[in-house]
Amino acid sequence: MPIASQISMVPVVVDDEKCIAEKGCRTCIDVCPLDVLWINEESGKAYMKYDECWYCMPCEADCPTDAVTVNIPYLLR
Amino acid sequence: MNLPSDIRVQDVDVLVIGGGTAGPMAAVTAKEQNPDAKVMLLEKANVKRSGAISMGMDGLNNAVVPGHSEPEDYVKEITIANDGIVLQKGVMAYAEGSFDMIQKLDSWGVYFQKDETGEYDMKKVHHLGTYVLPMPEGHNIKKILYRRLRRHRVMIENRYQAIRLLKDKDGAVSGCIALGTRDADIIVIRAKAVVLCTGAAGRIGLPASGYLFGTYENPSNCGDGHSMAYHVGAELTGLECYQINPLLKDYNGPACAYVTGPLGGYTANAKGDRFIECDYWSGQMMMEFYNELQGGNGPVFLKLDHLAEETIQEIEHVLHTNERPSRGRFHDGRGTDYRTKMVEMHISEIGFCAGHSASGVWINEKGETTVPGLYGAGDMASIPHSYMLGAFVYGQICGENATEYALTRELPELDVEYIIAERDRILAPMKRTDGIPPSQFEFKVRRLVNDYLQPPKVTKKMDIGLARLEAMKEDIGHLYARDAHELLRANEAQHVFDCAQMAAVASMYRTESRWGLYHNYVDFPATDNDNWFCHVQLFKDENSQMACSTKPVDPYVVELDEDEKNAYQQMRVQAG
Ligand SMILES: Cc1cc2nc3c(=O)[nH]c(=O)nc-3n(C[C@H](O)[C@H](O)[C@H](O)COP(=O)(O)OP(=O)(O)OC[C@H]3O[C@@H](n4cnc5c(N)ncnc54)[C@H](O)[C@@H]3O)c2cc1C
Ligand code: SF4
Ligand code: SF4
Repeated sequence: MPIASQISMVPVVVDDEKCIAEKGCRTCIDVCPLDVLWINEESGKAYMKYDECWYCMPCEADCPTDAVTVNIPYLLR
Repeated sequence: MNLPSDIRVQDVDVLVIGGGTAGPMAAVTAKEQNPDAKVMLLEKANVKRSGAISMGMDGLNNAVVPGHSEPEDYVKEITIANDGIVLQKGVMAYAEGSFDMIQKLDSWGVYFQKDETGEYDMKKVHHLGTYVLPMPEGHNIKKILYRRLRRHRVMIENRYQAIRLLKDKDGAVSGCIALGTRDADIIVIRAKAVVLCTGAAGRIGLPASGYLFGTYENPSNCGDGHSMAYHVGAELTGLECYQINPLLKDYNGPACAYVTGPLGGYTANAKGDRFIECDYWSGQMMMEFYNELQGGNGPVFLKLDHLAEETIQEIEHVLHTNERPSRGRFHDGRGTDYRTKMVEMHISEIGFCAGHSASGVWINEKGETTVPGLYGAGDMASIPHSYMLGAFVYGQICGENATEYALTRELPELDVEYIIAERDRILAPMKRTDGIPPSQFEFKVRRLVNDYLQPPKVTKKMDIGLARLEAMKEDIGHLYARDAHELLRANEAQHVFDCAQMAAVASMYRTESRWGLYHNYVDFPATDNDNWFCHVQLFKDENSQMACSTKPVDPYVVELDEDEKNAYQQMRVQAG
């Protein structure tokens, strides 16, 4: 069964300027109940890899540098 | 036969699965009870921020506090709200443990609202009694639980999805098999006793927005525990008594009439008029809500625009910082201001949840399931309307009893053949090179649930729904995952599938209507107490088929007066 990849606008945005993942921070990735945040191999920063978000906000609340913004997923807005 | 080296085995005395609300309490209690016991808390996410109370809670919905109510009053209210079908002993055990648990949490640093005299500031939201205790500063509750887990040296294993329970030759539970959600590694936890605390089955129906993860429940609670219990041979109960909630449309979080009600807010129709007597969630309340939506007076709204500025600010503070704090952003995005606009509400997707309704894995007043050594607490177990405090109380009850059970037993033997077969089944989607993505499979199951299984329930529709689901069994062998994360979703999707089937089978078995909208069966519109004043149990039969049976309701410990029985049937505001 052949497959295709579709793009999706994700609700969580990480400010690369503020994110200190290169210093070893993984807080947002650790706390996300749906395990959808990841490290971007290229930039070394955290990002939302899967569009499966409960807009619950631990990622934003616990980020030490206020780098994370949780928006409401597009389909719900 | 030995286990292959790619399967790590860990031996413990008590295994708690699910580290949300009930789970941490069960694990801490087990250690309090027996500090020498090896206690593991296994969590699919991270116990720091997992489960329904991830960002805190804005109140205890069902607190039995002396001076405001007695356990007997509470047992009566919950019996009436559930049309009589309850294990009263189980509700009583909760009611009797309620106040001690509040004090315990208070001593741990959880802040509950108090009045000028230092007493708990109880609010009336239920139809009859006073049971709501606000906790406007409730956001730190997970931190407090986490500290306790560390202090008691509970072993924590994060990011493992438990997938199947194991049992020994005698049929007692002997641990679980779990999947690492980051590395797709398989582990086996061998245990003398297991407490299931995996939360509601919140991903059975599809939210109206179409967003798979825009559910009322924390979507990590997708029915894994229900499916595990079913496959290990435990009975589930009341699955036809769906969870359906009145929510903010599209946002799909609680409108929070419990917070706003005591401050003067209420549920209204399009004209701004009250149409239900009481905002406490019950099947009858949902029926009236549904009727209003369908009957030309809808949509339904949360009405706050008549309240004073300072009241609105208080409401905003509580609702936009706690529990579901992104709510303020949702309103901002649509330009909704409580001061000037009523807030549109809607009906949620269906689910199984004892926390809000009465559906789940059968447990008795000791937290025992029907499988020896297996306990259950919180939203996935069957004590009705137990909410957050019920999860804590039953977490504690299960922690105590599981620890005691573990003392009576040696480490059980493992069924190696079964484990290997399960490993292969669990990992199969990642071995394929193409196939059906879990998201598509899950979307289809849940779309079928909405089309065919949602109330009003109709036999012909449920027949079709079941047949379509049956046809999808074939697809399970084609599920395809590109990485560990998708593999997690593929395994979750199979549990969602199991739950969908259970919803249909249990609903078709109970040929009457009961619990308002929850089991509104069009072919059998009347409540039939002569034949159906009983629980419906669902289980896997000798032929591995899904089957149901009836179970009589245990004699009441608190009798109801004739005139009380119908209190929840009179929900609609009378004209005049
Ligand atoms: C939005 C919302 C608002 C609510 N508001 C209130 C309120 O104001 N007052 C009130 O009293 N109650 C409220 N409730 C109800 C209350 O929060 C729940 O009844 C209670 O928290 C349930 O506890 P639990 O332990 O059963 O489930 P949870 O706390 O949800 O924990 C379940 C845990 O199991 C984990 N898990 C699931 N599957 C697996 C698996 N296969 N392997 C390992 N781990 C797994 C999950 O990740 C999760 O951490 C609310 C619920 C929701 C969803
Ligand atoms: S918590 Fe903040 S700083 Fe840390 S990895 Fe995430 S975005 Fe970066
Ligand atoms: S809002 Fe919740 S689900 Fe979404 S990325 Fe943040 S922590 Fe994860």
